[in-house]
Amino acid sequence: MEDIVTIKDVRKTYADGFEALKGISLNIKEGEILALLGPNGAGKTTLISAICGIARLSSGSVTVGGFDIISQYRKARSLIGLVPQEIALDPFARVMHAVRFTRGVFGKRKNDAYLEELLKKLSLWDKRSSQLNTLSGGMRRRVMIAKALSHEPRILFLDEPTAGVDVELRRDMWKTVAALKATGVTIILTTHFIEEAEAMADRVGVIMNGRLLLVQEKNQLMQQMGQKELEIQLNEPIATIPSDLVEYGLELINNGRSLVYRYDRNRTRKGIRKLLADVSAAGLVMQDLKTRQSSLEDIFVDLIAAAETRDLA
Amino acid sequence: MNTRAMVTIYRNEMLRFFRTLTQSFLSPVVSTSLYFVVFGAAIGNQMEAMQGTDYGAFIVPGLVMLSVMTQSISAASFGIYFPKFIRTTYELLSAPISVFEIVCGFVSASVTKALIVGIFILLLAELIVDYRIEYPLYMLAFLLLTSVCFALMGFIIGVWAENFEQLQVIPLMLVTPLVILGGSFYSLSVLPPFWQTVTLFNPVVYLISGFRWTFFGQADVPVIFSLIAFGIIGSSCLAVIWWIFRTGWRLKA
Repeated sequence: MEDIVTIKDVRKTYADGFEALKGISLNIKEGEILALLGPNGAGKTTLISAICGIARLSSGSVTVGGFDIISQYRKARSLIGLVPQEIALDPFARVMHAVRFTRGVFGKRKNDAYLEELLKKLSLWDKRSSQLNTLSGGMRRRVMIAKALSHEPRILFLDEPTAGVDVELRRDMWKTVAALKATGVTIILTTHFIEEAEAMADRVGVIMNGRLLLVQEKNQLMQQMGQKELEIQLNEPIATIPSDLVEYGLELINNGRSLVYRYDRNRTRKGIRKLLADVSAAGLVMQDLKTRQSSLEDIFVDLIAAAETRDLA
Repeated sequence: MNTRAMVTIYRNEMLRFFRTLTQSFLSPVVSTSLYFVVFGAAIGNQMEAMQGTDYGAFIVPGLVMLSVMTQSISAASFGIYFPKFIRTTYELLSAPISVFEIVCGFVSASVTKALIVGIFILLLAELIVDYRIEYPLYMLAFLLLTSVCFALMGFIIGVWAENFEQLQVIPLMLVTPLVILGGSFYSLSVLPPFWQTVTLFNPVVYLISGFRWTFFGQADVPVIFSLIAFGIIGSSCLAVIWWIFRTGWRLKA
């Protein structure tokens, strides 16, 4: 896949001196879904705003589809669709007018057949004549997406697309994003919901304090950084871990009814067979065994904690 | 040039005008017509002629200018302030449009709205008072220049304003007094010499004087000064707007 967005050493310092972006470099591949994760104030929205022309860069450069976002802003911006975090719509406009308006300001010729198809895909066709202030929050968020797609962009930026929406709508939104990816649209989304990134993203980027901590294929990241847990459920609860088992670094949970063993999934010799033998030798009777792989959330929390420790140091 | 974007902004603004006809059209037409009824038909006959013109007719250009100036300002300022208020400016800032195209879209719609109101008031005045227009084409040109200058000013106010109170404060506290004290209802010649001199510092005097000249062929100040005033006001506003978009003041983070 070719790079469709190239970000080189982008910095952004606000008028009050706050440095929101501290030299971010990132390449986004055509057709992928890239999830940008990070705590509040990490710089995710600032980065998106800078790429889309809403915030000014302090230094660095960005190209979109090979076009510089400043000197060739017309060509660069015409490739981008943006769904901001906040729902921002003219409350008195009607759905069809709102999407026609966005298509128009992007300089695209009127094409109601395309807009009809788009509104149908987003389950908005029945609401096309409704005033926006009469729609539910979920419907209005869909209108935001419809507006962003109205000019047929190749890249879609979704800033916290499912913030404040219920679980059902969130799942719906994921389906919509997957369908968009299938049509070849490159999607960059910021999210607080790590579950969302885990469900949708091809690659994950983690931003904190204006710095990009890492960008990696999601599966590779989870393989490399993920740990596995083995939970040994005991027949009878125990008060302390037997001294013969101390070397395994076990954790006692469930009021002494379970032992947890953590191990690197990539290690060739994981020591499980020996552990189980030693557990039996220690006189403990096993009732059941359970394994669990660490989620992207665990990895994210570890990364953020490590970065915070580094920053403090 | 993204002509389609300009047309889209223009049509969107005009749609808002037609959606709110009572506020944007009926209200200024009715309130200005009341001046004609009171100063023209009711007490105008009791007053002396001004610059050789019946008082009722004399105030027609001033009142049309008052309407056009205030309507141009309010239409343009609200036009850009409303997207700021509802946070939809992101759409304009992220679209492939130049500053010139954005300003053209908003200003041309504001000019159209103000001209519709101004011309309608002019036609309505015909029913109440007798007046003549000596130079109709120049009159239209003056009307157009006035509405463009004040729409540009309104655009700046709309970008500057951070709340609805600020949006109103300059039109109400500055522009309306300047128009009323700028010869809308009287000729400068009726003022004592000191106040005549003071009044000449009011830029609106030059605009109203020039506009009145197109009606009756008489002006308080030479017409060339009126044209220079248009040039200074218009170019100052354009310079400020260029600076706003260059720096992103109150629009971009």
